[in-house]
Amino acid sequence: MDDLMTVVDWSRWQFALTAIYHWLFVPLTLGLSLIVAVMESIYLKTKSEKWLAATKFWMTLFGINFAIGIATGLILEFEFGTNWSNYSWFVGDIFGAPLAIEGLVAFFIEATFVAVMFFGWGKVSPRFHLVSTWMTWFGASVSALWILVANAWMQYPVGMEFDPAQMRNVMNNFWELFSGIAVNKYMHAVFSGWALSGVFVIGVSAWFLYKNRNVAFANRSIKVGGWIGLIGLLLTMWTGDGSAVEVTKHQPMKLAAMEGLYHGKQSAGIVAAGIVNPNKTWNNDEDEYLFDITVPYGLSILAKHDVNAYVPGISDIVKGYTINENGDTVNTVSYEERIRQGKLAHEALRAYDTARARQDEAAMDSAVNMLRQYYPYFGYGYFDSVEEAIPPVGLTFTSFRIMVILGSYFLLYYIVALLAVYKGDWLEKQKWLQWIAMCSVPFMWLCSEAGWIVAEVGRQPWTVQDLLPTKAAISEIQSGSVILTFWLFALIFTVLLIAEVNIMVKQVKKRSLTNLETDVH
Amino acid sequence: MALEYLQNYWWCLISVLGGILVFLLFVQGGQSLLLTEKDKVRKELIVNSMGRKWELTFTTLVVFGGAFFASFPLFYSTSFGGAYWLWILILFSFIVQAVSYEYRNKQGNVYGTKTYDTFLFINAFVGCILLGVAVSMFFFGGKFTVIRGNLLDMHSPVISQWDSSHGFEAIFNWRNLILGVAVLFLARMQACLYMMNNISGDDEFFERLKSRAFLNGGIFVVFFLWFLTMLCTATGYDATTNNDLTVTATERPFKYFHQLTHLWWTGMTLIIGVVLVLFGLLKSCFSKKFTKGIWFTGLGTFLAVVALFWAAGYGDVAFYPSLTDPSSSLTIRNASSSEFTLKAMSYVSIVIPFVLAYIAYVWYSMDNKKLTPEEMETTTHKY
Repeated sequence: MDDLMTVVDWSRWQFALTAIYHWLFVPLTLGLSLIVAVMESIYLKTKSEKWLAATKFWMTLFGINFAIGIATGLILEFEFGTNWSNYSWFVGDIFGAPLAIEGLVAFFIEATFVAVMFFGWGKVSPRFHLVSTWMTWFGASVSALWILVANAWMQYPVGMEFDPAQMRNVMNNFWELFSGIAVNKYMHAVFSGWALSGVFVIGVSAWFLYKNRNVAFANRSIKVGGWIGLIGLLLTMWTGDGSAVEVTKHQPMKLAAMEGLYHGKQSAGIVAAGIVNPNKTWNNDEDEYLFDITVPYGLSILAKHDVNAYVPGISDIVKGYTINENGDTVNTVSYEERIRQGKLAHEALRAYDTARARQDEAAMDSAVNMLRQYYPYFGYGYFDSVEEAIPPVGLTFTSFRIMVILGSYFLLYYIVALLAVYKGDWLEKQKWLQWIAMCSVPFMWLCSEAGWIVAEVGRQPWTVQDLLPTKAAISEIQSGSVILTFWLFALIFTVLLIAEVNIMVKQVKKRSLTNLETDVH
Repeated sequence: MALEYLQNYWWCLISVLGGILVFLLFVQGGQSLLLTEKDKVRKELIVNSMGRKWELTFTTLVVFGGAFFASFPLFYSTSFGGAYWLWILILFSFIVQAVSYEYRNKQGNVYGTKTYDTFLFINAFVGCILLGVAVSMFFFGGKFTVIRGNLLDMHSPVISQWDSSHGFEAIFNWRNLILGVAVLFLARMQACLYMMNNISGDDEFFERLKSRAFLNGGIFVVFFLWFLTMLCTATGYDATTNNDLTVTATERPFKYFHQLTHLWWTGMTLIIGVVLVLFGLLKSCFSKKFTKGIWFTGLGTFLAVVALFWAAGYGDVAFYPSLTDPSSSLTIRNASSSEFTLKAMSYVSIVIPFVLAYIAYVWYSMDNKKLTPEEMETTTHKY
């Protein structure tokens, strides 16, 4: 492949594009399905038509969003094969299993019951309809479980061993897939869906208040969406904190990139806002930031829940040392050494392959022993310099700040929205508050996407941490083909997104003119 | 031995999913009838009848892909990454399908109902034909090599490599296309039979569906028999998997006829399937008001597809023959996941009967009340 890196870059762009589009729709599915299920439950309990009207209103918006989420999800699954062929073989034995289980267990629940949810009114009993709505929420939430377990495994590969005869990893412990990283990642993603959907519901409801239409419906929706969103956001923050601790343990380079931290510190402060110096590298003396506002002790608390903790920087990790809990300097494996060991692992595997061809058992045993010794750094064997093993710092750092700052803003947003809606007619009267509620909505999506950019860009250059870099994970296709499909996907997703947003806007406008206290169609 | 058992079990599950998927393609068949339907209410009946099942077809495709990935990852990495354009075109057709039902009739859909109906037609046409092409490749092969040692090549590390045409050569292979066309007309026939069952209150439409089922069924039978004849007379590989996971393949004339007769249960299943399809079709077309034809043709389709998958995978055969390097061919022995993974997933597969049970229950609950022209005029929940 003479254009290897072009194929790698465009394959990454294509996957990122699909994932970013997919994540525009998934969190709304995760949260709105819960909000709708809660509303329908209230309806069944109170038998009040105003709750049925509210349920149906939000269910319509759910349906518009749901379809396009499914479309982008299909592409993501198949892109593992179309664009990441080597990856599919190298870790398919582990990664494929959660994906299949997801399909068998969760997708069918979602697909089957969502049809009842939309079309079952009057065809099935009200109770069975409610069960179907809850099953749709359940199916959607469980769908997220397996893919996030698989994603977490790529960041922290456990429960497997390398089989040199097949040149792939094979699973030897299924339950290890449910690592701390996996549990945190799953909860973080699902709860963030609740948080996002709450903001969406409040934003749309604020427009009703602004137009002075269906005010009671809007207030009712803000209460349900607000509480679910607030709970979701608090749980997102809690699991985000858990994720930071896990990243510190298993992916210290990612944490350092998130912080733009090149030189480790004890009692390290966290940069609340700042710009990283683009000229800074792991081995020069430039300043880390062009400007920064630092909160003392913040990073040590975030990373290790300890104000005195030492957090290693990029240069420290590359050079191979850290400081342990007793304050002693401890040698770790430098990146240069990792590259050397990775190349030795490659050499051992090559030797094994040659010995196997001539059926030389003794040589095979010796090669396997050497391979086992160096395999933990197998992926580094693809690099020629340590720079290749450092993630893009600027993008990771900036995305992390966007996520955290916006996340904090939305905590305030929820508190104000709930106070305002419970405090008589405050929200109804204050136009500026309604404006803020509406205009904030897109920023929730930005916050959510930024989180994924931190997670996925921060782990570069790895598809599977330490074992398989992106450049060895690809398919053997011409760069022209990937560039073409990238643009085709970009075009079709954008065309469909425009339709989705426009339909939503039209639906909201249309339904706002009906009486949402009694109109249950 | 345990591994072989598990490989057989998972190939059987893949076959079952394949059979269900081809049956459910009746949704695509219905979509292909849309553009030529001029009557507004009947158009709505078609869309809404199909629209309540499209997600099942879509999900089955997703699960089929996921299960293949999990149980035979070498197929996933070789076929998807190799026959790139074949799969990308299939995927494109399903992206535009997914939104079309929901958006076609909604205010503000920007591009107009006709555009979304065209999307549905494209999905039907491209989806059915290319899925047929993809299945045909299980017999007639692809142009690829599998060299595991490539993993250590810094400049070209990909294990599975494909001919530079990347799937176009399979799409334009007339033998594959014949199965593709057969699948399209099968889907159209099944759609007519499904709607004869699912829609009531329009006798004239019922009669039209009946004559269309007959016409499409007839074309399907011609193409399918053509495909079967080609298949049974084609030269294939006798393939055995070596310890080093390569395949020793020797050419054998009438390979698949041999498969269907030597593994007699595959041939029997195929014959039962074909008979059921013909019975369902003919009974529907020549009875005055027989609405249950879809269940006979549906079961028949399922059995025939399962039998073809079995013939492609079981015994001394390669389920994905390599035309470039026969020793690179994929068998269910060299392409599968490890024993541990297959076993873990097999425990999970115990849920399948429950999944099928609740799908059947929900299907029954929803289809219990037939779709009528009156409902199209009164309901606000429609596509």
